[in-house]
Amino acid sequence: MKNLMNITDLTVEEIDELIAVAEDIIANPEKYQDACRHKLLATLFFEPSTRTRLSFESAMHRLGGAVVGFSEAGSSSSAKGESLSDTVQTVGCYADIIAMRHPKEGAPVVAARRAGVPIINAGDGAHNHPTQTLTDLLTIWRAKKRLNNLTIGLCGDLKFGRTVHSLVGAMARYSGIKFVFIAPEELKFPRYIIEDELESRGIEYKEVSTMEEAMPELDILYMTRVQKERFFNEADYIRLKDTYILTPDKLVPAKKDLAIMHPLPRVNEISVAVDDDPRAMYFPQAKNGMFIRMALILKMLEVKV
Amino acid sequence: MRIGHIENGIVLDHITAGNGMNIYNVLKLGELDCTVALIKNADSPKMGKKDIIKISTHLDIDLDILGYLDPGITVNIIHDGEVVEQRHVELPEKVVGVIKCKNPRCITSVEREIVHEFKLTDRERKIYRCIYCEHQATK
Repeated sequence: MKNLMNITDLTVEEIDELIAVAEDIIANPEKYQDACRHKLLATLFFEPSTRTRLSFESAMHRLGGAVVGFSEAGSSSSAKGESLSDTVQTVGCYADIIAMRHPKEGAPVVAARRAGVPIINAGDGAHNHPTQTLTDLLTIWRAKKRLNNLTIGLCGDLKFGRTVHSLVGAMARYSGIKFVFIAPEELKFPRYIIEDELESRGIEYKEVSTMEEAMPELDILYMTRVQKERFFNEADYIRLKDTYILTPDKLVPAKKDLAIMHPLPRVNEISVAVDDDPRAMYFPQAKNGMFIRMALILKMLEVKV
Repeated sequence: MRIGHIENGIVLDHITAGNGMNIYNVLKLGELDCTVALIKNADSPKMGKKDIIKISTHLDIDLDILGYLDPGITVNIIHDGEVVEQRHVELPEKVVGVIKCKNPRCITSVEREIVHEFKLTDRERKIYRCIYCEHQATK
């Protein structure tokens, strides 16, 4: 595989393979500690994203490789007016692989055409963020030991949240998946994705407006933030905002083996009181993000361990 | 109304009625020095009404552009007053450098000298998407 732009660039078999490598890394970290010695990762972050950047950098360091890069466009030559194409072509002369975050949609496609080294899309605007989806898939796998026969609840801002769009696209490829979309009218899951990804393949789904309606049947609860600026009027926001805050009370009817996930950063959509619940998977999820990125870097550099 | 035959050139036939002027503009036929006739709303047994463009020179026409704009068009090549070749255009797999992505968040809105490119993602519904941001093309 030369580049990763979108989660659907990976087949289900390739995802299974990445998950298997990530599991082996978790079980035997010492086996991989020098796997990328003398290899260089460039992290080109044209907009800040501390979590994703640190996750990539930690991944490369734990593989014994080195990292160069920048964390905002202001400290790159794009501030001097250089085109993305030229920046990436130059960095491709130095690094073996590039992880790139850019505010414009499709920027990694431009990069992939000119870099001469593998490009990983570390988020392009509201478009794609495939390594977040890989992180989510590894987390579901680790919690459930399967990626099929699951009822997955997605809660919060389902209209604008790219992580939930990609996760639905990725999970829709597995059998026996049922989705429950929990969102206010203003932030419902986009109709065109339901038609393209679910209805065309006969995948079961339902739409509800409160967590309580869905909770007892869920195997996975994927929380996202409901942002005030997404509402047309403040009264609607105030009326609805608490509906989408997960508290210990709301978890009472949930399954004992529910996995609660969140791409982070969290603001107030999951009460801190939930953090100690063994079903809370959002911090392990962040850790899984590093392991799956290690597996991905190995695959893209074609390093065999 | 009758428009005379052309001896040498190209006739674009079976243009969807009302689409002739758009094709005239996209192919920049107004810049040609030769005779060009645009016939609107001609009677057609097959289509009811159709537009026709006659160009009295041999022009290198990009069939992909025509296929994208109006996939039912027939291109007739005329030599010495006879139709020597007839081509039927189809929806192209790619449209390069013809339409622009209208998504303001797309990288094409800021990157210098980038060629706008669209790919056919749904032949049945004739949907093209930007190869960069996957935004749907609008004609």
